[in-house]
Amino acid sequence: MRKEILFIVYTFLFLVVQSCFDSSAPNYQYFPDMYEPIGYTTYSESDAFNNGIEAQEPVNGTIPRGMMLYEYPNSNEGYEDAKINLLSPIDYNDEDRAIGKELYGIYCALCHGNKGDGQGILMKREKFLGVPSYADRDITLGSIYHVLIYGRNAMGSHSGQLSIKERWQVAHYAMELRKELIK
Amino acid sequence: MNRIKIKYLKGVLIPLFFITSLSFNFLFSQEEQILTGKKLFNTHCAACHKVKKKAIGPAMRGVSEKYDREWLYSWIKNSASMIKSGDPQAVAIWEEYNRTAMNAFPQLSNVDIDNILAYADYIPPVPVVAQSLPVSSGGENTGNYNDLILIALVLVFLILTAMLILVKRTLIRIASASGVKIVSEKKPKDNIALSILSAFAKNQFLVISSVILLMLSSGYYVYAWMMQVGIDEGYMPVQPIHYSHKIHSGANKIECKYCHSSARVSKHSGIPSLNVCMNCHKNIAEYNGEEDLENGYDRDFYTNEIKKLYAAVGWDEDNQVYTGKTQPVKWVRIHNLPDHVYFNHAQHVEVANIECQKCHGPVEEMEIMYQYSPLTMGWCINCHRESNIDLKGNEYYKKIHEELSKKYGVEKLTVAQMGGLECGKCHY
Ligand code: HEC
Ligand code: HEC
Ligand code: HEC
Ligand code: HEC
Ligand code: HEC
Ligand code: HEC
Ligand code: HEC
Repeated sequence: MRKEILFIVYTFLFLVVQSCFDSSAPNYQYFPDMYEPIGYTTYSESDAFNNGIEAQEPVNGTIPRGMMLYEYPNSNEGYEDAKINLLSPIDYNDEDRAIGKELYGIYCALCHGNKGDGQGILMKREKFLGVPSYADRDITLGSIYHVLIYGRNAMGSHSGQLSIKERWQVAHYAMELRKELIK
Repeated sequence: MNRIKIKYLKGVLIPLFFITSLSFNFLFSQEEQILTGKKLFNTHCAACHKVKKKAIGPAMRGVSEKYDREWLYSWIKNSASMIKSGDPQAVAIWEEYNRTAMNAFPQLSNVDIDNILAYADYIPPVPVVAQSLPVSSGGENTGNYNDLILIALVLVFLILTAMLILVKRTLIRIASASGVKIVSEKKPKDNIALSILSAFAKNQFLVISSVILLMLSSGYYVYAWMMQVGIDEGYMPVQPIHYSHKIHSGANKIECKYCHSSARVSKHSGIPSLNVCMNCHKNIAEYNGEEDLENGYDRDFYTNEIKKLYAAVGWDEDNQVYTGKTQPVKWVRIHNLPDHVYFNHAQHVEVANIECQKCHGPVEEMEIMYQYSPLTMGWCINCHRESNIDLKGNEYYKKIHEELSKKYGVEKLTVAQMGGLECGKCHY
C-alpha cells in the first residue's frame, strides 16, 4: 500500500512542478540581490511627483539639453513666416543625405511613400488617407521643419522622434524628392 | 436608361446619383465616376474631411444638397477668397470651424469636383455577409491544449489505479468475512521476487551503480529545473491595451523605430508615448483589417481597444478635440535585465547594425508580445563570440583592428576578441 501512495504523491509533485510555468507571470528568482534598481528607471512609477510617474515634462521656462528654442508660433502666420524666413543651418552633404534617406524611410515613407508622391503603404492599404504628394504643395525647407515640429492638420508632430539635426536632414531629403517629382 | 436600371437592380447604384450627375452620364459610367472621385477625395480631401463623420472639416455626405453647385465649385477651388468677399454662407461655416483654413484647390476642374461629391454621396450596397467558419486545429493554443489532454489522461490513469486497489481490498475483505480462505497464489511469486531482491541487495556493485544512476538522473532534472529559475523566456503578460505588433508591423509594415525611436540613440528602446500613437490614430478611429476569430479578436474588439487609447489620451472623437483629461497607460514591462547588467540598444542596433528580430524574435507575427530570448549571460556571450565587428566608416576600429588581428592572426575580429567578454563591459 505505502508504495502505491508514494507513487501517487510523487507523480502529483512532479506534475505540480511541471505545471508551475505560467506565461503571464514572471518566473521565480533566486536571491535577487541587485536585481531591482534602487534609483528611478525609465517610465517607472514614483511617489515623488503628484501624478505618480517618473517621466516628467521639463519645467516651464527651461530648455532640455540638446534642444533649442523654436521661435515661430503654431499658427497660420507662424507657418507662412517660417516658410520664407527659416533657413537650414546644415550644409547638406552626402553623409547627411544618407542619414536623411534612412530616417525618411523610417518616419515618413509609411505615409508619404518612398518617392514622396503620397503613396505610402498606409495610403495604399486605405488605412490613413489624405496624404498629399510633395509636388502638390508649395513647401520650403523652413515650412517642412515647421510642420515637423507642430504637425499640420492631419499630420502629427514628429519632433519627439527626431532631433534638431535629424529634422533638417529629413527636410533636405524631402525637398530633394520634391525636385524629382516636379521634374 | 435600361442599362442603368439593370445595374441598379444589382444594387450598385443609388437613386441620388441620377439626380446629381445625370449631365455626365455620357462621359462616365457611374462606377468610374465613383472610383475617380474616391481617388481624388483620398488624395486631396481625406486629410481633413471624412465622408460620414466630422473631422477637421465637416462631413462630406450631404453637402451637395446643402449648397448649390456653383457655390461648391468656387468654395472648393478657393475658399479663402469667398470668405474675404463676404459670402454669408462661406463666412458662417468658417466661423463655425474656428477659422480653420481649408486649402485652395485651383487644380481641380468642375468635373473633378462632381466626381468627388458623387463619391461622397454614394452609399455602397450592403455586402452579402459571407459566413466564415472558424477553423479549428492549428493556432497558438495547440500546445496548451495538448498539455491539458495529457494532464487529464494522467489523472484518469491515477484514478483507475486507485480504484483497482480499492476494489482488490474490498474483495479480499468480503472474502475473508465470508470465511473463504484465500489461497495466496502470490506466496511463491513473492518468494521469487524477494529472492531476486535479496540477491540484488547482496550484490554491492549493483546497488552502488544503480544508486549512482538514480542520483545522476534526478540530479539532471533538478539541475534543469534550477537553471530556469529567474529566466523569463516566453513571458507574455496581459497588457492594458491589446496592442498588436502583428497588425502594426506585420500587416501595415510600420518600422520598429517609428515607435521605438530611442533605440537609435540611447540605452533604452522605450515604449512610445501616446502622442506617437495619435499621429496615426487621430485618423484611424476604427479597425477594418483582418480579424482573428479563432482567438476571439473581431473588429469590434479591436475598435474597442482603439477607444481605450482615446480614453487614455483624452481624445474626444465626436468633436475632434483633446479634453485634457488623460491617464497614463501602465504597460507591463517584459524584457528586464537585472540591475547589475548594462545593455545598450544604440550599441547593438546602430553601431553593430543588428536587426531587432535577432534578439526579439518574429515580432511582426506576435499578436501579443512575449519574451523570445532567454536574456541570460550565456546568451549574450555566445553572440559576442560569434559575431564579427562591423568596421565600416569607423577610424577608431580600423587602427585597433589591425593591431588585434595581427595578435590573434585572424582576418575578422569577433566582439569577444575586441573585449566583449570583459566583465566590466556588462557589469558595472
Ligand atoms: C501618419 C502619416 C504621416 C506621416 C508619418 C508623415 N506625414 Fe507628412 N503629411 C501627412 C498628411 C495627412 C499631410 C497633409 C496635411 C494637410 O492636410 O495639410 C502631410 C503633409 C506634409 C507636408 C506638407 C505640409 C504643408 O506645408 O502643406 C510635408 C512637408 C510633410 N507632410 C512632411 C513629412 C515628413 C518630412 C515626414 C517624416 C518625418 C512626414 N511628413 C510624415 C501625413 C503624414
Ligand atoms: C486643410 C484641410 C482641408 C482640406 C484638405 C479640405 N478641406 Fe474642405 N473644409 C475644411 C474646413 C476646416 C472646412 C470648414 C470651413 C472652414 O473653416 O474653412 C471645410 C469646408 C468644406 C466644405 C463646406 C462644407 C459645409 O458643410 O459647409 C466643402 C464642400 C468642402 N470643405 C469640400 C472640400 C473638398 C471637396 C476638398 C478636397 C478637394 C476639401 N474640402 C479639402 C478643411 C479642408
Ligand atoms: C505602432 C507602434 C509600434 C511599432 C511600429 C512597434 N512597436 Fe514594439 N511596442 C509598442 C508598444 C505600445 C509596446 C508595449 C506594449 C506591448 O508590450 O505589447 C511595445 C513593446 C515592444 C517590446 C516589449 C517591450 C518590453 O516590455 O519588454 C518589444 C521587444 C518590441 N515592442 C519590439 C518591437 C519590434 C522589434 C518592432 C518592429 C518589428 C516593433 N516593436 C514595432 C509599439 C510599437
Ligand atoms: C503609423 C501609424 C500608426 C501608429 C503610430 C499607431 N498605429 Fe495603431 N493602428 C494603425 C493601423 C494602420 C491599424 C489597423 C487599422 C485597420 O486595419 O483598420 C491600427 C490598429 C490599432 C489597434 C487595433 C488593432 C490592435 O492592434 O489591437 C489598436 C488597439 C491600436 N492600433 C493601438 C495603437 C497604439 C496604442 C499605438 C501607440 C503605441 C498605435 N496604435 C500607434 C496605425 C498606427
Ligand atoms: C542584441 C540584442 C537586441 C537587439 C538587436 C534589440 N534588442 Fe531590444 N532588448 C534587448 C534586451 C537584452 C532588452 C532588455 C534591456 C534591459 O532590461 O535593460 C531589450 C529591451 C527592449 C525593450 C523594452 C524597453 C527597454 O528599452 O528596455 C524594447 C521596447 C525593445 N527592446 C525593442 C527593441 C527594438 C525596437 C529593437 C530594434 C530596433 C531592439 N529592441 C533590438 C536586446 C536587444
Ligand atoms: C545578436 C548578437 C548579440 C547579442 C545577443 C548581444 N550582443 Fe552585445 N554586441 C554585439 C555586437 C556585434 C557588438 C559590437 C558592437 C560594436 O561594433 O561596437 C556588441 C557589443 C556590446 C557591448 C560593447 C562591447 C565593447 O567592447 O565596447 C556591450 C557592453 C554589450 N554588447 C552587451 C551585451 C549584453 C549585456 C547582452 C545580453 C543582454 C548582449 N550584448 C547581447 C552583439 C550581440
Ligand atoms: C556580454 C555581457 C556580459 C559579460 C561580458 C559578462 N556578463 Fe555576467 N551577466 C550578464 C547578464 C546579461 C547577466 C544576467 C543573467 C540573468 O539575469 O539570467 C549576468 C549575470 C551574471 C552573474 C549572476 C548574478 C546573479 O545574481 O544572477 C554573475 C555572477 C556574473 N554575471 C559574473 C560575470 C563575470 C565574472 C564576468 C566576467 C568574466 C561576466 N559576468 C561577464 C552579462 C555579461
